[in-house]
Amino acid sequence: MSLTTVATDWILPTVVIIEYLDFFRSNSSQLLRLVLQHINITLITIMIALPMGVALGTFISVYKWAQTPILWLAGIMQTVPSIALFGLLIPVLGIGSPPVIVALVLYSQLPIIRNTFIGLTQVNEAAIEAGRGLGMSQRERLQRVQIPMALPVIMAGVRNAIVIIVGIAAIGAFIGAGGLGDFLFEGIRERYVDMIVVTTVVLSLLALILDYGLGVSERLLRARNGEDINPTQFTRVLQKVIS
Amino acid sequence: MNTIEFEGVTKVYDDGTVAIEDVSYSVESGTTTVLVGPSGCGKTTTMKLVNRLEDPSEGTVYYEGDDVQELDRIELRRDVGYVIQEIGLFDHMTVAENVATVPELKDWGRERINDRLNELLELMDMPPAEYRDQYPRELSGGQRQRVGIARALAGEPDVMLMDEPFGALDPITRENLQDEFLELQQQIDTTILFVTHSIDEALKMGDKIAIYDVGKVVQYDTPQEILENPTNEFVEDFVGADRGLKRLQVTQVETIMTKPAEASDTGALAADGNGNVARVLSPTDSTQVALSRMIQFDVTRLPVVDGGTVVGEVTKDTVYDIAQTGA
Amino acid sequence: MSVFTQGWQFLFTNQAEFLTLLKEHLLMVVIAEVAAIVVAIPLAILATQNDTAKSVVMSIGNVTQTIPTLAVIALVYPLLGIGFNSAVFGIWLYALLPILTNTVTGIEDVDDKTINAARGMGMTDWEVIRRIQLPLALPVIFAGIRTSSVINVGTAYLAFFIGGGGLGLWVISGIQLFDTPQMIAGAVPGALLAISADLFFASIERYLGQDPDVNTGILA
Repeated sequence: MSLTTVATDWILPTVVIIEYLDFFRSNSSQLLRLVLQHINITLITIMIALPMGVALGTFISVYKWAQTPILWLAGIMQTVPSIALFGLLIPVLGIGSPPVIVALVLYSQLPIIRNTFIGLTQVNEAAIEAGRGLGMSQRERLQRVQIPMALPVIMAGVRNAIVIIVGIAAIGAFIGAGGLGDFLFEGIRERYVDMIVVTTVVLSLLALILDYGLGVSERLLRARNGEDINPTQFTRVLQKVIS
Repeated sequence: MNTIEFEGVTKVYDDGTVAIEDVSYSVESGTTTVLVGPSGCGKTTTMKLVNRLEDPSEGTVYYEGDDVQELDRIELRRDVGYVIQEIGLFDHMTVAENVATVPELKDWGRERINDRLNELLELMDMPPAEYRDQYPRELSGGQRQRVGIARALAGEPDVMLMDEPFGALDPITRENLQDEFLELQQQIDTTILFVTHSIDEALKMGDKIAIYDVGKVVQYDTPQEILENPTNEFVEDFVGADRGLKRLQVTQVETIMTKPAEASDTGALAADGNGNVARVLSPTDSTQVALSRMIQFDVTRLPVVDGGTVVGEVTKDTVYDIAQTGA
Repeated sequence: MSVFTQGWQFLFTNQAEFLTLLKEHLLMVVIAEVAAIVVAIPLAILATQNDTAKSVVMSIGNVTQTIPTLAVIALVYPLLGIGFNSAVFGIWLYALLPILTNTVTGIEDVDDKTINAARGMGMTDWEVIRRIQLPLALPVIFAGIRTSSVINVGTAYLAFFIGGGGLGLWVISGIQLFDTPQMIAGAVPGALLAISADLFFASIERYLGQDPDVNTGILA
């Protein structure tokens, strides 16, 4: 091994990583603040979006005529580029978090509505049919059969939604909503590479951790409903703890 | 009285397909009527008219004397047991919770529900202590359908609707459940409507059979009548070319056996086949079993034994007579 | 509604600039998409040939789709600097993922029985891919292309931050200068573009025989 190889393969990356860690350490309190802001926006959004989406999903499962229009609307929402949507909402809601939260709620509707709808109507059609034949009213069917069976699928939708929310919330920092996007934009503005890289990693980790956590809940719900799951280690441990 | 009556019932779907046309017959209380025919013949549609999962376009369906259109749909369904091919157990509920569904809907007390639950699980040969708290995913196909049947019986219905209930099971389990269900029928006096596409299952399970051909009922008779006097070529074909042999299936030995002439004959009969008393028939065996044993042991007559005593005999000639269709 | 008329006026007044920005935007989207298709599909096909490769590709694909678009764009900057090419690269990276995961899933979902029948007839592995698996996977692949294209239109707005041009210029300037008409003039065309791309691909999906209403191409 020549000296140059050692330098490029080992020393340089280590130096770079040390630099990033250094940035992380010196700005950890700010990063933490931004992470909390980011989580805050995410939480507020999901607290509005989830009941709304589930309600709409349930509505269209009962009132068939509404299926196409509502799913179409929710789908269209998803295609509108985020910055464009923020731009369109600013005249109405000003800058800061309100337009971002409204936009995020709209973006997260499709996965939640769609998954609620599929969960309620398609998960175990034989059970729904049996419920009808045994004499359950619409409401009883929903309450006792359809909703419990739909929970894992709804959770998958929530998971999908959270990932979308975390991602787009980052862009919302541009119009003053706060969150990790602040550091990203500052990093780009001031050509501060360390800032960009470290923030990107933190942001991605946030999304991944939330996705994984919700994935575990999804698997637990599936298991409770009698589906075959390939439990990861963590899920196995949780199952033992719960039962 | 007639628990169920169909009067000139026709069902046409929105897209114009005629599911059933001018169907009329009555189902006596406590009997099992099998609706049979090829795919799409209207048998399931007819059955669903009884618990109003479908409504007729023309004609009337009577349930215990009332026009079903005038009864409350939900209440009606709670009084009618319903078993389907896919079983449709609630995966997120235990066996106990599944079976208790209708009693819960009817607001029975905790204790009454529990008693009924235990009673039914015992009936289905699934010890409550062991099976109560299990989940459908832990059960085999046959066990699941047994739970399905228990669930349908839980509310003490007067009528049970069964739509190809054993269709999703393997042949061995299917046969076992058919036999168990026949035994069950003797213990409960529920009126049963049973849909199947298998003529063999129909002949085995039914007190009366309604044969459907593209929406119309072409024959409604006992199994024996259908085998002896099929009304038209469709029924003949549907029953199958081995109609003669099938008649053996549905005739029991005790209906055709003759009394042995003298006591000495008893000894001779018992001695038939090297005094091997295992070569006997019981009165409830079918003549098919009789023929099969005669062939196996290469004899022309067999004694019929009930509780250790010889009560009669069956000869090969008698068996052949039964098998002849007299066409 | 007056903001929209003002926006329209702004656009009209600045037609030339609008057309330039639109052209830049479209170029980024289309180039990135085509490049993504060209790379992702063969890569996906290769991945399906080997179980380990497949799970690695799917894991990477699913994990990276979790990474926010802004992060990807932001990361391109330290690596490649600013400019049109960097922007296209960033968009391309993100566009790969839906096509990759959808193609793998689409190929995998083809019934084993069909594949065995084809092999039994004497087709080589490559022929099975070309004649059976790919054609049958086409609807799902198109769903991925649809998702990818729609996302691209949105990501292209962010390209402005790393000097890529496009309609992002107007939206972002509009926000910074509190110039609402400019912002609207930049936002609405892009939204319309994304919607039309979605409808366009949806009609292709319908033509290919898939029901696109509930399945918007994002395989949950």
